[in-house]
Amino acid sequence: MKGDYEIVDHHYDVVVVGAGGAGLRATFGLAEKGLKTACITKVFPTRSHTVAAQGGVSASLGNMGKDDWRWHMYDTVKGADWLGDQDAIEYMVKEAVPAIYELEHYGMPFSRTEEGKIYQRPFGGMTTNFGEGTAQRTCAAADRTGHAMLHTLYQQSLKHDAEFFIEYFTIDLIMEDGECRGVVAWDLAEGTLHRFYGNMTILATGGYGRSYFSCTSAHTCTGDGNGMVLRAGLPLQDMEFVQFHPTGIYGAGCLITEGVRGEGGYLTNSDNERFMERYAPNAKDLASRDVVSRAMTIEINEGRGVGPEKDHIHLHLEHLGPEVIEKRLPGIAESASIFAGVDVTKDPIPVLPTVHYNMGGIPTNYNAEVLTLKDGNPDTVVEGLMAIGEAACVSVHGANRLGSNSLLDLVVFGRSAANRCAEIMTPGAEHKKTSDSVTDEILTRFDNIRYAEGDVSTAELRQEMQRLMQNHAAVFRTEETLASGSKLIDECASKFSNVKVSDRSLVWNSDLVETLELQNLLGNAITTMKSAHNRKESRGAHAREDFPDRLDDEWMKHTLTWLDESNTLTFDYRPVHNYTLTDEVEYVPPKARVY
Amino acid sequence: MAEFRLPLNSRIKSGKSWPLPEGSSSNSREFKIYRWDPDSGDNPRWDTYQVDMDSCGAMVLDALLWIKDKVDATLTLRRSCREGICGSCAMNIDGGNTLACTQPIAEIKGTVKISPLPHMEVVKDLVPDLTTFYDQYASIEPWLKSNEPNPENAERLQTIADREELDDHYECILCACCSTSCPSYWWNGDVYLGPAALLQAHRWIVDSRDDATKERLSELEDSFKLYRCHTIMNCTRACPKGLNPAEAIADIKRRIATA
Repeated sequence: MKGDYEIVDHHYDVVVVGAGGAGLRATFGLAEKGLKTACITKVFPTRSHTVAAQGGVSASLGNMGKDDWRWHMYDTVKGADWLGDQDAIEYMVKEAVPAIYELEHYGMPFSRTEEGKIYQRPFGGMTTNFGEGTAQRTCAAADRTGHAMLHTLYQQSLKHDAEFFIEYFTIDLIMEDGECRGVVAWDLAEGTLHRFYGNMTILATGGYGRSYFSCTSAHTCTGDGNGMVLRAGLPLQDMEFVQFHPTGIYGAGCLITEGVRGEGGYLTNSDNERFMERYAPNAKDLASRDVVSRAMTIEINEGRGVGPEKDHIHLHLEHLGPEVIEKRLPGIAESASIFAGVDVTKDPIPVLPTVHYNMGGIPTNYNAEVLTLKDGNPDTVVEGLMAIGEAACVSVHGANRLGSNSLLDLVVFGRSAANRCAEIMTPGAEHKKTSDSVTDEILTRFDNIRYAEGDVSTAELRQEMQRLMQNHAAVFRTEETLASGSKLIDECASKFSNVKVSDRSLVWNSDLVETLELQNLLGNAITTMKSAHNRKESRGAHAREDFPDRLDDEWMKHTLTWLDESNTLTFDYRPVHNYTLTDEVEYVPPKARVY
Repeated sequence: MAEFRLPLNSRIKSGKSWPLPEGSSSNSREFKIYRWDPDSGDNPRWDTYQVDMDSCGAMVLDALLWIKDKVDATLTLRRSCREGICGSCAMNIDGGNTLACTQPIAEIKGTVKISPLPHMEVVKDLVPDLTTFYDQYASIEPWLKSNEPNPENAERLQTIADREELDDHYECILCACCSTSCPSYWWNGDVYLGPAALLQAHRWIVDSRDDATKERLSELEDSFKLYRCHTIMNCTRACPKGLNPAEAIADIKRRIATA
């Protein structure tokens, strides 16, 4: 090693990595339960990407009309195109109701109804009576629900005096004997390295939207936890399922919430036609996101896009009137003005399907425990490791997530992880001895990258990856695009050994941070491209033009992928849980998915 | 006559001038950016960069990342959401504090001059140390305090009008543009809470669900924490989210005066 590193050791019951919605909910839940917890985060908690969620969080409160968690469950199963695990889905939609009340009790500033209850708006794929009517199920704080939620969760963390390590970049998991014993992290402000030992490590590191060129995701969404899990020799699940949000601002990629359509907004093509009526006669503009994104892409491909290049679509809300816009959608009025120069009370917003969410991730059960396939058991728990939020694949979102189910996922499974820890752990229990060679290996990788003297810059390589992911693993996929994409991503990933880092310092070396993030992104990108190539059917967000049908007999199963050091991918599968958690609801059997 | 100057090691020297990369268009803009590397032992400096506007986005953040990606990977700044909601990329641009991600370059005349948020300790380049700022936020105990037990299996009710009281407060992104634009905060930043923390204190004071108004006000009744505000109003002018901390502070003072 070129560098000389002193390591500061810390001992905790639980180590949480990430301080977005899921990480924070877990962190103060653990503090509340008397477990000594460290929350390590590369950004100050309120800068996490949860803050950018707009439209709302789903729960069958029934504030706007009759609702039932069973309807929410049906919608989620159907939205997931029958790739979701129904026991976990039942858990989530049932826990949704107390989870939302809990947020309100914490002081979250929800919008209100005339009766003073939490305001709920319609959202894509959310129906009443098993697909019959439109549900108003999405609880909103205007169009800043993620911001309101994340700040509320941070406030509760302050209340519970939770311990944070802010602007610490987690490098890798400490794995020994197949168990996770903690993490090694780098304090950016001081430039020091830290080893956090814990009997449980919870990854809440979010998605990897930045593996694509155009995404609604923040710069920091680099799939770090997924990258760590791959390096630990553990599998990722269902990585082929990448959600394109129908309404990213054309050019800038910034999100325009589905809540716009929930409040009555609609899409048009160059003929000024409300084309969604043709694709989803019932749900129209409120069909689920994969359906709307495909419809928009077809309209553009068939020459009915708007603008001089006919390469995008219009989103209208001018008919809603300034009052509704100011009350319900003030944030998007601001975003549209700044990033598209549009006054939404007068003109439509130019939009385009944009990478938004990763359904795939680290396989877990509904207790947040990380799973792997071992000795024929597809539900083998990895000791000492949990995953929650977008990083995890529980799988409640299956092949396509419904809007407003992600904020729900964060609080429900963040809380579930804390509860499970309290159930199975003893505060202050001793840590197993871990050999220093594990840390040495992690530091060697860190040091090699810090002093990397190749001839391709991090930014160049990152852009190469982003462009090829955008071109080869988009809304529609074919054998041709995926086969060539697989070849290109291999070539791109192999160049990482020739990367160049210009900044050698340890204090806030953001060049090095971005390079470590790039390595994580590449792991995510390879698994995504090749899982997509591997799955020879269309399901949810994974649309193969050459295999247009959902093939349940062969493909109603979760993809598992292991990546070795030479970037070779191994595939295997886990069965989808085709059973519910309790007998309060029946299994929803697969059927054609029509909106 | 006494001469007031920065200490020797804080004086900003003129730094490196980076040429426009080869293959750039003639449509370029000049950026002058504050640089300081804690490891070097050198003084801070102004580096000058030329940015090709034909291959760069419209916002100041786009230009900073263009520079980082194409010219100088050592340039260091915080950034995340790039849409004005996370509050990471607050900095001083063309003399005012704002978010780099929502500040169009076209609105700035001449050379675009960028430095870290004023009067904060600098960690590196455009990254200030916000520890005290965050501690001040925590000090106002920003969570709901209610004397009533939580209703069972239901939310607390709040009228639409009561909920509207929280508007123009809860949207704060803790970017620190306001506090670090306040001359009073510059002088007494260790003891004066500053506009951001006070705006959030007010958010809980006006929340109809919160029962701790009295203790919150009495906690603030302090010649430094609150009364270092001299109604200069730079805070309101600086806020990139269009919030009005000055008005909130005035209301806190009024409530204390009339209590």
